[in-house]
This record gives sequence, C-alpha cells and structure tokens, in this order.
Amino acid sequence: MFEALREGLEEEMDRDPRVCVFGEDVGHYGGSYKVTKGLAQKYGDLRVLDTPIAENSFTGMAVGAAMTGLRPVVEGMNMGFLLLAFNQISDNCGMLHYTSGGQFTIPTVIRGPGGVGRQLGAEHSQRLESYFQSIPGIQLVACSTVYNAKGLMKAAIRSENPVVLFEHVLLYNLKERIPDEEYVLSLEEAEMVRPGEHITILTYSRMRYHVMQAAKTLVNKGYDPEVIDIRSLKPFDLYTIGNSVKKTHRVLIVEECMRTGGIGASLTAAINENFHDYLDAPIVCLSSQDVPTPYAGTLEEWTVVQPSQIVAAVEQLCK
Amino acid sequence: MAQLTRRTTDLLKPFSAALSSTRLLTTTSTTPITVETSLPFTGHRIDPPSRTVETTPQELMSFFRDMALMRRMEIAADSLYKAKLIRGFCHLYDGQEAVAVGMEAAITKKDCIITAYRDHCIFIGRGGTLLQCFSELMGRKDGCSKGKGGSMHFYKKESGFYGGHGIVGAQVPLGCGLAFAQKYSKDENVTFAMYGDGAANQGQLFEALNMAALWDLPAILVCENNHYGMGTAEWRAAKSPSYYKRGDYVPGLKVDGMDAFAVKQACKFAKEHVLKNGPIILEMDTYRYHGHSMSDPGSTYRTRDEISGVRQERDPVERIRKLVLSHDLATEKELKDIEKEVRKEVDEAIAQAKESPMPDPSELFTNVYVKGYGVEAFGADRKELKAVLP
Repeated sequence: MFEALREGLEEEMDRDPRVCVFGEDVGHYGGSYKVTKGLAQKYGDLRVLDTPIAENSFTGMAVGAAMTGLRPVVEGMNMGFLLLAFNQISDNCGMLHYTSGGQFTIPTVIRGPGGVGRQLGAEHSQRLESYFQSIPGIQLVACSTVYNAKGLMKAAIRSENPVVLFEHVLLYNLKERIPDEEYVLSLEEAEMVRPGEHITILTYSRMRYHVMQAAKTLVNKGYDPEVIDIRSLKPFDLYTIGNSVKKTHRVLIVEECMRTGGIGASLTAAINENFHDYLDAPIVCLSSQDVPTPYAGTLEEWTVVQPSQIVAAVEQLCK
Repeated sequence: MAQLTRRTTDLLKPFSAALSSTRLLTTTSTTPITVETSLPFTGHRIDPPSRTVETTPQELMSFFRDMALMRRMEIAADSLYKAKLIRGFCHLYDGQEAVAVGMEAAITKKDCIITAYRDHCIFIGRGGTLLQCFSELMGRKDGCSKGKGGSMHFYKKESGFYGGHGIVGAQVPLGCGLAFAQKYSKDENVTFAMYGDGAANQGQLFEALNMAALWDLPAILVCENNHYGMGTAEWRAAKSPSYYKRGDYVPGLKVDGMDAFAVKQACKFAKEHVLKNGPIILEMDTYRYHGHSMSDPGSTYRTRDEISGVRQERDPVERIRKLVLSHDLATEKELKDIEKEVRKEVDEAIAQAKESPMPDPSELFTNVYVKGYGVEAFGADRKELKAVLP
C-alpha cells in the first residue's frame, strides 16, 4: 500500500507544482513507512521538506503556506504525534475558511498511520479519529485497500478543503493489483464491499479485513451480510448507508475507534436520527475498548474487535 | 535651500497668503527631510541601522493622518463596546499606532503581515476600510469576514493581511509558512509575523524560528512589547525580557515602537536583511493605553501615573505633531482640522455600519467547506445536510 500512496503523491506532485510535502524524515530518509521514498531526490529538498520534530509548528507552517495557495501534504509520523498540533488543525486549518468569510482556502492534506499495530505500546497505538471528528471545516477519510489508498490520496490533494487521511500501520504491506490508468475516488462516498440481504455491517480501515474474515464464517452459517466500507468518516455517506439500511433493517458497526465519542457513536446517532423507521433492531456498535493499548500481545488482541466477536454479534442481531 | 531661508524669515512675519501657499506646496511635496529617531537601535548579533531616517513632507502628513485615524477609530470602538454594539472581546491598539504606520511605510502590499488579535489598526494600515472594520466589529454582513469572524479575525487577502488570530503564538508558525511560500515561489517578498510580549513565551515560536533559520525563510518576527501580557508584567512572565535577544542564533534589533520613523527604518532594514540572510527578530518597545481588552480596566496592574506619563512623554501621534510643527508643514489649527475631519469620517463609517444588516441565517452554513473537486456534504437524500434555524 505504501507504494500506491507514493504513486498517488508523485502523480499529484507532477501534475501541480504547488504540491509539497512536510514531515519528519520524509526527505532523505524516505519516510518512516517508505511512502515518500525517492521523492526528495526527484523534487528537491524544498518541495519534500524534512522538518525538525516540531509538529505544532510545521503543521502551522503548512497552514500558512496553504493560505497563500500552496498545497502541502503534512505527514505525521504517527497520527498520535499530531495531537501536539491539534490547535493548528482545529483552529487554523479547520476554521480559517469560515472566520475569514471565505477569503482563504486551506487545501492541506494531513496524513499518517494510526491504529493499533503489533505491540507498539500505548502512545504509538492511538485511535484518534474520534478526536478530529468534531472539528468543523475538515474532512476525514480512512483508506483501507491499495486501490482506495491511491484514489483517496489523489482526491485529498485535489480537494480545496483540509482533509485528514487516516492510514493504518498494519496495512502498509498489503499488495494488490491496481489499474495503470489514472483514477481519483470521491472523498464522500462509501464503498460496497459485499452486497447482502440480512444485515448491514459498516466498517472502515483495518477492521474491514476482520469483518470479511467473519463474513466467510457467517456465509458458511447461512447468513448474508452486506459489508460497506464507509471510507468517509466526516461527512458520512448517508445515502449509501441509508439505502442499505432500508434493505436489511439491521445494522452492525465494527470499528477500531474508541467506544466513547468515537466514529461509531456518531454514526449510530446519525442512523437513528435519519432511518429510525427502517430499523428492526437497535444498532450494535463494536469498537475497540476504552483503554490505552497494552503492550502484551494477548491483551492487545482483545483491545480491538476480533472476527469471533463479529460473528457472535451478527448471530445475536439476526435472531 | 532657498525654501529654508524663506521659512526662517517668514517665521517673523505674520500669517500671509504667500506663506500658506508655499506651505500647501510643501505638504504634498516630496523633497526629502531628514529626521533623527528618538533613541538609537540596539542590535543582537547584527549592526544596527543608523538613526537618521529620510522622509518627505507628504509622508509626515500621511503618518499624522493615518495615526489620528487609527486613534480615533479605537476610541470610537471603545464607546461602541460600552454601548453594547460590539460584544465579546475587543482588543484596542491605541498607543501602538506607530508600529502599524511605520511598518506600512517600509513595505509593499505584496509583503505579508500576520498578527494576533490586536489587529484593527493593522487591517486599516493594509488598506481595509473603516466601514469593513466597524461592520465586522458589530457582526454585520459588510464586515471584512462577512460578520463571521469578529474583532479577532480580520483578514484581507488582496493586500497580504493574513489576520487576525485568537490563539496567540499560533500565528507565528503560520507566518513562517507564509515566508516558506514566498521562498517557494521565489517572489522576493517578506513576511512580518507579529506577536506580543506575552506570546513570546510560547514554544511554537521557537520551533518556528528554528525552522525559519534552518531554511533561510524571509520571516521577520516582530515582538510588540507593550510590557504587559494581559495582566502580567513582562518581568513576572519572562526570565529574559530582552525579546530581541531571545532568538539566540537569530539576529535581533530593539526599536522604540512609539517612534514611527524608528519603526520604518527598522522594517526597511529587516526586509533587506532577511531577503539575503534568513530571519530576524524586531522588538518594538511600545505601550497600550487601554487595558488588554475592553473587559480589563488596565489599572489594576499598573498605575494611572504610568499610563499618563507615557502619554505625555512618548505618545506617537504627539511626536509626529511636533515634527510637523517644527518643520512648519502645517499649523496647529490645520492639524486640528485634520483630526476633526478624521473624526467625522469615523462617525460616518459607524453610521453606515449600523445600517448594514446582520448576516442571513443561511450564512451559518456557508464557508464551512469549499465547493470544489468532489466536495458535497450528503444528507440522507443526497441533498446538502442543513438545519432550519427557528
């Protein structure tokens, strides 16, 4: 997947000379997850900028540069580090378009890996979509496959709004064949992974794979789940989701975000508000536990949702 | 030089038409006058510029008029706030006008200025109109940010004024970003990132300064030191109150911020310096007469004697008035007339701004996102998700 992200970034940098990259170790080192490998040699040190460890300031600098018309892509080495830049992301990145009455647009992309990895410890395994989702003015997207990683990266760079692109540490080594032609995906559309009849399972990022694994078991047991990868975390693609709910009447949300105030919680509220009449059962939301990610392997496994839990939840809902 | 002799002999003559006609000529003329700044500059790791500043009668008169306008505007904003037409936070700049005016005189509109919330006068200096200013303060549609920003969020993109920020310190990395963009597009312009003595203790300032120095960005960091960070005096907040030295490896210059010509000289010097050598810090030693904001009386942490002392000895408008009178560019009465004219202008702008309507309720949802490539916020039925206000 890291190659797809790099291809997307490179194509956009070729296409528009205003696209530049800010981040720690993105230049000469090639990026801690190799997403920007080779770009500094090709485009020069000013366009692929190795910053010192000062997230607050270089995110601020990216916003300042964006105010004049440049299109910076800010890489957080881990999304958790971007908490240091939260003021810049929330106040300046998200709100400047509004408080200036439309005078300034901030076409930045803030991207980086997040999520629970392999025993990386609590501070490097944060699931932060919940913190960013209330900021007005930004869009959140989460990529999950090699195909949509490239498409969403390109769409995010081309968008005039600030976009936060969530990647996942464990998905960087995924391999998939993608088209040679140029393609750009829509930032607000959800992806139908597997159409079905009995239940709608909404998921995003790495949990998609756990859901598909559970889906295999469920199909063997005779259930027909419809799996939708919501991709766009803010705003939600309620059109696709709504059509699915109208068809199946049961919803299960499987996510890696925190339980309290997470994406699942917001999605539950949104679906209840808009599609209450179509639901046959209350919405069930499986999210990661409200704990800091422990180091021990077994404990870490149980912090996130496992396929067996998904199967049990579906069986419970479809009773 | 013939003018000089005529001027000295005319001083002995009573008022005559000949005198006023020659003077009218001088107020719009561009013959250079040299002025000495009130205090010498102090440099840190740099040779300070000279104290002698070249100016013209036209510039002197425009300084006077602009500063009188800014002073009048801030005082009018004070009364509007007390009449509850301006709400929330209102941070007034009176006493510090020399910084805004002096800076404008040294730069072009292509250079960028970014500051924190004490931004009304800088907005005017950058070409904003009084109507836009008062409308924005009162939250009306004709404001520079359509009434959605308020006192702390004035912006003017066309003349390079980037605001207007509520969280102090955050504008300095933004300013370095502006400088980065200027370096990226190689357009030989500079950025002035302004902050106060209170914000000078923010960490992101030093982070941004490090990066600006590392990449030789054309960023000029201007510390408007009015000696009080809200209610805390500088000696209580900073171990080292010499803010121009705080850059350590970055050169700095201490400037008397109540003297518009010192500010102009320093800014001109700084612009030339950064285009070749990377960032510089300017510390403007200035003072604000009002409290930190309208909710602060300004007298609990400093004495009234101090405030009136500064007003008597260092007031920027008075300094220019004395210069104008000593160079015989206008009489006392003419200067008073200019002030009356300015007052009338401000009153008219306020009246016009009061007529301006409040923004339409639908404006609550505009400008949250930009409509651009593939950006649409879908509701349940693919229409834009909106709520109707009661």
